[in-house]
Amino acid sequence: MPQSALAQEPEVEIERTGDRVTAKLAGYWTAEYAAAVERIADEITAETDTHHIIIDLAGVHRLDTLGAWVLDRTRHDLGKRDLSADFANADPEQQILLDEVAYRGFQETKPVKHSRFVDFLVDVGRTVHDAGHDLVSGVAFLGELIAAIIRIILNPSRFRGAAVVNQLEQIAYKGVPIIVLISFLVGCIIAQQGIFQLVRFGATPFVVDLIGILILRELAVLLTSIMVAGRSGSAFTAEIGSMKMREEIDALRVMGLDPIEVLIVPRIFALLIGLPLLTFISSIAALLGGGITAWLYGDVSPDVFLSRLKAAVDYHTFLVGIIKAPFMALVIGIIATLEGMAVEGSAESLGRHVTSSVVKAIFMVIVIDGLFAMFFAAIRF
Amino acid sequence: MLDRRHSVPDDEREIVIRVRDIEVGFGEKTILKGLDLDVYRGEILGFVGASGQGKSVLTRAILGLVPKRAGTIEVLGQNLDSLSPSERRLLERRWGVLFQQGALFSALTVKQNVQVPMREFLDLSDRLLDELAMLKIEMVGLNPDAADKLPSELSGGMIKRAALARALSLDPDILFLDEPTSGLDPIGAGEFDELIATLQRTLGLTVFMVTHDLDSLHTVCDRIAALGDGKILAEGTIETMLASDHPWLRAYFHGKRARAVMATGA
Repeated sequence: MPQSALAQEPEVEIERTGDRVTAKLAGYWTAEYAAAVERIADEITAETDTHHIIIDLAGVHRLDTLGAWVLDRTRHDLGKRDLSADFANADPEQQILLDEVAYRGFQETKPVKHSRFVDFLVDVGRTVHDAGHDLVSGVAFLGELIAAIIRIILNPSRFRGAAVVNQLEQIAYKGVPIIVLISFLVGCIIAQQGIFQLVRFGATPFVVDLIGILILRELAVLLTSIMVAGRSGSAFTAEIGSMKMREEIDALRVMGLDPIEVLIVPRIFALLIGLPLLTFISSIAALLGGGITAWLYGDVSPDVFLSRLKAAVDYHTFLVGIIKAPFMALVIGIIATLEGMAVEGSAESLGRHVTSSVVKAIFMVIVIDGLFAMFFAAIRF
Repeated sequence: MLDRRHSVPDDEREIVIRVRDIEVGFGEKTILKGLDLDVYRGEILGFVGASGQGKSVLTRAILGLVPKRAGTIEVLGQNLDSLSPSERRLLERRWGVLFQQGALFSALTVKQNVQVPMREFLDLSDRLLDELAMLKIEMVGLNPDAADKLPSELSGGMIKRAALARALSLDPDILFLDEPTSGLDPIGAGEFDELIATLQRTLGLTVFMVTHDLDSLHTVCDRIAALGDGKILAEGTIETMLASDHPWLRAYFHGKRARAVMATGA
């Protein structure tokens, strides 16, 4: 039968006969009526003025742990005022529940109070400490990685070719469509804006120089790295993190397999190969987009575009871009792995580390690009 | 050990879970076919079967986590197929589930885990919310300091207890336990069995327990149902199981491990 059919609000009727006070309870003393249960219990406490009260459970149809707890709490509260209360007419099951529940105070865990200012300082300090820790562990991990790579070079049979190819498919091959698409669009946008500005000087054909140099030197590798950090870096962190949560990393270790060799090296190798390839594809797609836009908006015909591009861009321009790609790959791979390894038991921790993997990787990619820009300027490359 | 087997004949007792002619499968494969099962109020039913025979599938089908192809399931007299969403929610408040791995919410502390159903379904004052959660945590035998720990900081046995506290948070009528003692040491498993028996008596629970633990079957289960070939092979007390001729049941209840349990338990 559905519970609601017989459901009754809890009730109390307080009877006084001479010195005796009897609280006759009725209805459902269950969690559904928690508010009423508490209100009535307080009423009983307030009404009791003699030394003794009998709480009569004869009319109680249903009693659950909440009801039993509140009743016993009432008895306890009365006890503190030197009043005693007894239960009467509880059926055996209700009596078991009352005995089992037996009210006791729980120690309140008081939240420790902090001042906002101190909290802020603590936060800053912790962040600085964590950043330093990240740097040290990053360098330490780079060392471990290089040691693993040297071990593999000394013993090439430990190289996991199949894993590298598999990762290469995930990172590079499956990433091609989206990278082509965004690069094409960015190429179009730059060309369009370039033409709008240059046409004022009557220098429309120079848009080809703008597109060519900007894309080959900076944009292709940045776009690709950011995309790969978002697509593959997050996947690494999530994969390694969930393997860590389920003790799979420990399982590898006790089998005598080095997790770095088995999991990390193939992924980083795949990144090192995949990212330059994707950068090249991205450059071509962006140039194509720029070329089409220049033709449509600036009347730069494909012939003119190609000949100007040849004059504006040389081998160096291309190299400056592509040389950065493996470094970006390494940074993305190391950050993703470290974040993955830092995952602890909870799903929340996994989410936090995946986020911070992507954010840190994108941040570092841009920082490194800036450092390279300064470096190439200094050596006049 | 207390003998709590009921003497009332089966047909006079209230049936809280009635499964009739149920069929469940995935793709081409049929896992359960024409399965009937009754669970009576106030009993602890042990549900056994070889791995991969569909014990968990039946549990999940009753809970509505796996769709069934045919048959009817009635829980507390209500046919699960004919319930409106709000009736269904009411019904779901009346069962508690202990998943095999605990399935505690990893981002919440033990106490918050226990409070999740209370916050969702009940209108409780903050004081009661705290007190009740602590009460449930103590009832399942956890230390009060475990209340503010995260699931990742708990041992396997503590996770089971915390998950049991969460399953009990709404004072359910029916408790589903999926291999409650797996992964516990024999002493811990024994304590857990006792705990379930005590809670069953105190709260008047009906317990549906999927288990492989022969000790549990001997000590706490009132009745046992054995699953095989997509059907119930046999159901009844442990004596019925021991008397059965079915090859799998013979192997299960008369195997080396079973004899060891019998020798020490009897």
